[in-house]
Amino acid sequence: MGVGIKVEHLNAFYDKTQALFDVNITVRANHATALIGPSGCGKSTFIRCLNRMHETIPEARVDGKVHIGDLSVYNGTSATQLRRRVGMVFQKPNPFPTMSIYDNVAAGLKLNGFRNRKLLEEAVHKSLESAALWDEVKDSLHKKSGASLSGGQQQRLCIARALAVQPEVLLMDEPCSALDPISTGKIEELIFQLKEQYTIVIVTHNMQQAARVAEFTGFFLLGKMIEFDKTEKIFTNPFDKRTEDYVTGRFG
Amino acid sequence: MRTRFQQQMVDLREKLLRMGGLAELAVDRACQAYTERDLTRCQLVLENESLINAAEREIDELAFDILATQQPAAVDLRFILAVTKINADLERVGDQAVNIAERVMDMIELPAADLPVDIGRMATAVSAMVRRALESFVEGKAELAQAVLEMDHVVDRMRDEAFIVLVRKMNEEPQVTQQALDALLVARNLERVADHATNISEDVIFWVLGADVRHHAQSASITRRMDSNES
Repeated sequence: MGVGIKVEHLNAFYDKTQALFDVNITVRANHATALIGPSGCGKSTFIRCLNRMHETIPEARVDGKVHIGDLSVYNGTSATQLRRRVGMVFQKPNPFPTMSIYDNVAAGLKLNGFRNRKLLEEAVHKSLESAALWDEVKDSLHKKSGASLSGGQQQRLCIARALAVQPEVLLMDEPCSALDPISTGKIEELIFQLKEQYTIVIVTHNMQQAARVAEFTGFFLLGKMIEFDKTEKIFTNPFDKRTEDYVTGRFG
Repeated sequence: MRTRFQQQMVDLREKLLRMGGLAELAVDRACQAYTERDLTRCQLVLENESLINAAEREIDELAFDILATQQPAAVDLRFILAVTKINADLERVGDQAVNIAERVMDMIELPAADLPVDIGRMATAVSAMVRRALESFVEGKAELAQAVLEMDHVVDRMRDEAFIVLVRKMNEEPQVTQQALDALLVARNLERVADHATNISEDVIFWVLGADVRHHAQSASITRRMDSNES
């Protein structure tokens, strides 16, 4: 099951440049939460702070508190420990190109010491089913490489790979921006189903996508969380004029 | 900025304003036709109806196009929903004006009767409601729309009073029953026009404040929001 996320007074920096300013947010467990905002507003930085991807960039640093369930992200938790509980899917599908479909999904489990072949097979099957990919690849699990799949299938393979280690939170950074409308529709349908078991945070430039998949939406601007509310409120009657200007396309 | 979208929104607003002008004119002409027993004005109202119907279709088509192609949100989405509802109300206002005109055409064939009801005063109040409802739309001001909602009670009372005195008149002077019945039906048509003006005002409040005030749902909270908007 998914767990909630609590972020308090989060500030993020790239060297001397501050990218996030005092962000406070509570993400509800087993719900999809969308983060929207113009390019460079800090939404991707924010999502990367949730699984400490941010610190992979030299000179980047964070202060503030982030809790994933009972786990304190920036206080004594290792990145490996954290990322077992927090899966991530990126903008561009990035399957391991030389590995088969099966090995792509099993990779995380093997890294975590899983060796039992039967258990691995079950986990791969379950993950591919959860990612709505099983029926399309079940006959070529070992024959085809991950890179041979279509873009939409590759992205669902990446979702399956993330789900295999049974995370509680799934972070998605523009997961459909490289996909056609049909593949996008499949991923959105998947998000809708997955939130029963996982807490999902999705960064998207596509406002209609946020409106379709998320129960809650946060609007970022210039590194600040301007408004966070139920999605229908953000898209029908937002509180802040800046949010309204953004969702109505009056920016710029 | 979304230039094409903004232009479509401007076009939609202008089309609705033209439609509003036609509906307002129809009511005014029908009321003048009543007070002056003027057949020419009645005919103008009937001719005007096809223009109103055509305008209604045009507005719906444009609103439908914008919804399908532009995915409007927030205040824009509320505006388009409000426009489509106001559009339907204005078309009904036109229908009521036609009903009044047809009633007047019947009345003109009968001898004039001295009736104890001031339809002219009621018509003035109803025309003012339609005009102010449309002004609230033009200005995008919820407080103007709220004032129209408050006028609806006055018109309701006028209609009730007209019923009482006209029924009494019919009992006392059966020879003017037909004229009294026509006046009573005109009073009812006018009251319906006032209801449409009320609906239009509610839609303007929904567009401007994002609040649903139909059936007295949120009148208290609206007053507070309007106060805070002003301060």
